[in-house]
Amino acid sequence: MSGAKVPADISGHMLDLDEEEDLEVFSKNTSLAEGNPMPNSPDSMVNQFRLDEENEEEQQGAINKDIFVTVDNPESHISAIETFITYRVVTRTTRSEFDSSKYEVRRRYQDFLWLKSRLEENYPTLIVHPLPEKFVMKSMVERFNDDFIETRRKALHRFLNRITEHPILSCSHHFKVFLTEEELAPLRKLGPGFLSRMSETMRAMANSVRGLRSKLEEFAIMQEYVDDFSNNMCSVDKVTHRITKEHREYMDELKQYGPTYFHWAESEELLAEPLKGVGSCVEKCSKETEEQIQYLSEVLVPTLHEYVLCADTLKAVMRRRDNIQAEFEAKNEALASKTTDKEMVSISLSDSPLLMRFFYVWQLQEEVDDLADRVEQANNALRGDWSRWRTSMRADLKSAFISTAAKNVDYYEKVSLTYCPSSLYDVCLQTSTTLASWFRSGSLIATRLLP
Amino acid sequence: RMAEDVKEESVASNDESDRAASDGSLSNTMLTEGSCLLRRMEICVAEAEKRSGKNAVSMQETYTVYLVETRPMDAIAEGRNPPPDSLWRRYSEFELLRNYLIVTYPYIVVPPLPEKRAEFVWHKLSADNMDPDFVERRRIGLENFLLRVASHPVLSNNEMLYQFLTKEHGWKEMVYETGFQTKADSRLRALSATFRVRNYNSFSLLQRVADRLYAVYKVHGNYGRVFSEWSAIEKEMGDGLQSAGHHMDAYAASVDDILEEEEHYADQLKEYLSYAEALRAVCRKHELSQFELEMASQDLISKKQQREELATGIVHTFSLKGMTNKLFGQEAPEQREAKLNLLEELIAEGEETVKEKTAECDEHAEKAWADIVRFKDQKDKDLKEAFINYALMQISMCKKGIQVWSNAKECFLKM
Repeated sequence: MSGAKVPADISGHMLDLDEEEDLEVFSKNTSLAEGNPMPNSPDSMVNQFRLDEENEEEQQGAINKDIFVTVDNPESHISAIETFITYRVVTRTTRSEFDSSKYEVRRRYQDFLWLKSRLEENYPTLIVHPLPEKFVMKSMVERFNDDFIETRRKALHRFLNRITEHPILSCSHHFKVFLTEEELAPLRKLGPGFLSRMSETMRAMANSVRGLRSKLEEFAIMQEYVDDFSNNMCSVDKVTHRITKEHREYMDELKQYGPTYFHWAESEELLAEPLKGVGSCVEKCSKETEEQIQYLSEVLVPTLHEYVLCADTLKAVMRRRDNIQAEFEAKNEALASKTTDKEMVSISLSDSPLLMRFFYVWQLQEEVDDLADRVEQANNALRGDWSRWRTSMRADLKSAFISTAAKNVDYYEKVSLTYCPSSLYDVCLQTSTTLASWFRSGSLIATRLLP
Repeated sequence: RMAEDVKEESVASNDESDRAASDGSLSNTMLTEGSCLLRRMEICVAEAEKRSGKNAVSMQETYTVYLVETRPMDAIAEGRNPPPDSLWRRYSEFELLRNYLIVTYPYIVVPPLPEKRAEFVWHKLSADNMDPDFVERRRIGLENFLLRVASHPVLSNNEMLYQFLTKEHGWKEMVYETGFQTKADSRLRALSATFRVRNYNSFSLLQRVADRLYAVYKVHGNYGRVFSEWSAIEKEMGDGLQSAGHHMDAYAASVDDILEEEEHYADQLKEYLSYAEALRAVCRKHELSQFELEMASQDLISKKQQREELATGIVHTFSLKGMTNKLFGQEAPEQREAKLNLLEELIAEGEETVKEKTAECDEHAEKAWADIVRFKDQKDKDLKEAFINYALMQISMCKKGIQVWSNAKECFLKM
């Protein structure tokens, strides 16, 4: 089993359907047609996904990705009020829910933030790949510095691609809107986003005061892993930054060291060639070092950084899952305290207050049932996504470390070759020049001392 | 030991090249014909010890002393193994010996001494003269100095050198009594005594580069610890991470060997550079002598000119005589007579001086020429060899790096 990739074509399977089918993910139709599954609601998708995961071993087919997204071409956008960067987002797809097969839009960082928060809202316990961070003053980097923009662009590209690879998230309505709508600003400003965020925060605060009744052991284990993983990622990230820093300082010194041999060579006669030889070796070595550092900072450093951010994402996911469970427990307890069997005995139509209370309790029961479903969905979603995330994390980090090791091997091979050139040896192994040639070189000392 | 090699080699041929033993000391130095001290005597600087005492201003100080051991060669040759004679010498006494030799033999390139102060310390926090590595390197440097001086055809015959090796007490006073300090040209003394070398940059930057490299390697050691912690929470990745971590530890540890070799290379650079400085000092001395000779010659010429003017009465209008005549009138014949006599004396003296100085210049030029030629050839060879070793060392370091990272890559593949 290749193991590295989650079946990204799962949506392909699921999209094997009629053109007219409505793919609105909030549809209440939760029916699962056999043999012809329809991605309607998140939970049906998840169920389908889990089924397919079990069948993954049997799938021989190649992974057919049917949606491709690129982020490129950053441009400055200057208006009277503000200046910001927009990126071009190009989508190519064969998915039928898209009206066209190609889209091109311009998006700014805030648009990505919007998308992320929508996804988190709709799929609270799915693991969304992190966005690059907002501009932070303390990093002393200009917001419009080329390197910063390029780093961000790559991270945004990865963010969107991770979504396209996710069987559920890639079918998100908001994702489609993000990729296709010409103007996102009006949509961004409307919508339940802000309010629902507020209420979620309030609920979270209330629930955290209560604490959870009981936590399934699997989630307790997950929580522990998440905390440990976060610590470990931070450590690896820190060590890597330190290495990069020391490497840079080494390279700076090398750059100064090499030329000293050339200066020295100016005041020597016989030794000029060997000195220049050593000097040019050192210069080549410093170039190789520069290239190595560049590579590391483009491959290893960003990957580690993203997984540090991932750790935070995981913590948020765990919190949200806990909140959903807490909410359920709160309502459940409220219900329990309101209900006693005795009171539910007989209902006399003329007994209005009792009837009212009965309806109230019945409504509460409904809510509790809904919440119980929600907990179930959330847990399932997380379970499904958890192993998917673990697999892709392993693949990403493994690949980054392998590349780093390979690059280091390559570096040492190149430096080794630098010191091997025959010229240095020839020059040094020349049979020693005679006095005559030293004299002939016109040395002032020689002429003065000649008897 | 080394001196025995010396003896064998010297029997075989005359032009020997320096060979470095594994600890950097010399096994042999430039030998030529003629007997030299080293043939008669085995010399080494065996040990170093810390001492405390009161110095000239009655302050307590700590310093290092070195044990100089000597044994007669003939006794060794006969198979007897006599215990060595030995005495303790401080660095300052070595310095005194060298300064004495420089002044006494201004046309000889006197071998260099190792560093006086631990100015450049490799990846350590402070420059410490008591640091054991520094003391050890100094011991080797002092031994090399004695071996070279004792095998030099001219220097090895010096009495003060012999006394340095054999007379523990009162040697310093003996040297001062020679009055060598009055002979020393103050400029040259300053130049020779200090370690000012024009092309020092390569050497000092090499130190900085080595320090940085050390840091890079050592920081990788942190990966070992961090990977190990991380491996504890991972199932599939755990083994790969753990074993990769071990390789990172090995990588970090490998830098110590590398630095040792870089130190050795730096020592060779330093030695070459200080020899070059000694050579320049010899040349400057020669230039100084030439200059003095020219001055003496000029002086003689102008005095002769004056004599001519006085004797013949022909005065060149623009000479001093001509102008004073114009201003003050000519002098009386008696005065002229007196002046002429004085001039004759001065001219005779001047001619002597010029003769002496010319002879001096020629003689010393010849001696210096021979010495410089021999030195230059040897040091060039030494330095080229040092470069080759440096390149080989770099390649070996790369090989180790390739090995470690290939191993690490294998571990990552198993993740």
